[in-house]
Amino acid sequence: MRHLLDFQGWSRTEVESLLDTARVMREVLERPIKKVPALQGFTVATVFFEPSTRTRISFELAARRMSADVVSFAAQTSSLQKGESYKDTLLTLEAMGVDAYVIRADSAGVPHQATRWVKGAVINGGDGRRAHPTQALLDAYTLLEALGTLEGKKVAIVGDILHSRVARSGAELLSLLGAQVFCAGPPSLLPQSLPGAHLTPRLEEALEEADAVMVLRLQKERMEAGLVHLEDYVARYQVTEKRLALAKPQAPLLHPGPMNRDVELEGTLADSARSLVNRQVQNGVAVRMAVLYHLLVGREKA
Amino acid sequence: MASAFFWRWPVRFKAELMNAPEMRRALYRIAHEIVEANKGTEGLALVGIHTRGIPLAHRIARFIAEFEGKEVPVGVLDITLYRDDLTEIGYRPQVRETRIPFDLTGKAIVLVDDVLYTGRTARAALDALIDLGRPRRIYLAVLVDRGHRELPIRADFVGKNVPTSRSEVVKVKVEEVDGEDRVELWEREGA
Repeated sequence: MRHLLDFQGWSRTEVESLLDTARVMREVLERPIKKVPALQGFTVATVFFEPSTRTRISFELAARRMSADVVSFAAQTSSLQKGESYKDTLLTLEAMGVDAYVIRADSAGVPHQATRWVKGAVINGGDGRRAHPTQALLDAYTLLEALGTLEGKKVAIVGDILHSRVARSGAELLSLLGAQVFCAGPPSLLPQSLPGAHLTPRLEEALEEADAVMVLRLQKERMEAGLVHLEDYVARYQVTEKRLALAKPQAPLLHPGPMNRDVELEGTLADSARSLVNRQVQNGVAVRMAVLYHLLVGREKA
Repeated sequence: MASAFFWRWPVRFKAELMNAPEMRRALYRIAHEIVEANKGTEGLALVGIHTRGIPLAHRIARFIAEFEGKEVPVGVLDITLYRDDLTEIGYRPQVRETRIPFDLTGKAIVLVDDVLYTGRTARAALDALIDLGRPRRIYLAVLVDRGHRELPIRADFVGKNVPTSRSEVVKVKVEEVDGEDRVELWEREGA
């Protein structure tokens, strides 16, 4: 594949090959010298039109661990001129010899457009509500570590499904890998449909006999917009120890972070042995190293 | 240049260079030479380079266990991330696992590979190994040395020296990977 925008056009074999590479990268991260020379001579730009410190640091660390040079662009653009300034920014970076662009934007489709503007590889670092493919990859990797396989496994995704690119990419990828994905949330936060997922307003239906549970962050903006009331949400959709008893014993718990303790997730669960949150963060770097390897090696240099 | 690490041309069979008993005798001799050079098995460890260096390293370790009564640890090394041709266009080698289940620091390491050719794999292996620890000394053992070095690298232990031309391909087959033990010489078509 030339770019990572979402998982359209990706075969299961390609995804599995990428996750195999991530397993090697995970081992590299455990070495005394956590760095390999594989991407020497390549330049990676993180281009964040929407702020996100965690994802940006994860990508930059991944690129550095592979010995690529890294430049970083963070911007607040006026909404009026967005279309133009996205393009200008990328063309400027291209003129400086960038090989890969990690693009995060608050509006959907910017990474797709970018593939028409620049010759380098484009990696979607999250675009609007559309997709966040490296988050899905690190979630899949973490689940594979914990469960061995995703074939036939039931994965519950709980929270604000409607606005979540994590849920969208997760459903797309986990179903490609053979999982049955159930997305649960308040009716006001459920989309009409979601490819790869079964949607339900009943939390119990999603949690029952689940092999793993992914909890999404409930954003303040949704409450401010009147889509949901905090007390109602906590009462009906918070993932608690008691509700988690519906899932399989020891079913692992994932959260993309940052977490609102005692909102979407009962605080004590966040620190329990079931929580794989730290593992997700560590695996995120390994998965992004694998993505850079797959997209850059063999490609014509900038 | 890609021939330093792999080949993808059609090839034609030319000759058998070693049969199974010859391979066994060569590895047996190498096992003895290693123990002799190291004056015993103290601090000795073997590291096989993917793919066929791994079964060869295990066999050498088994021979050493037979005649010395000592277990020598065996590790597995993938050099892909250390290759010097990753910026070449149109090819992306699959990354495989590296597993060194012992501390390299202070050890005498024998890198084991099937064929020594340009020396680029050995160079990459040295860099990879040194990033993983600080061995007291590193040796190189190969089943076949076919010449045509492009780097100042030589093997300490060699099963068989085979003069070749650059248009030829040496194929080492091992039971564990290929279902038989045999070393073959092939000619690249249209080279």
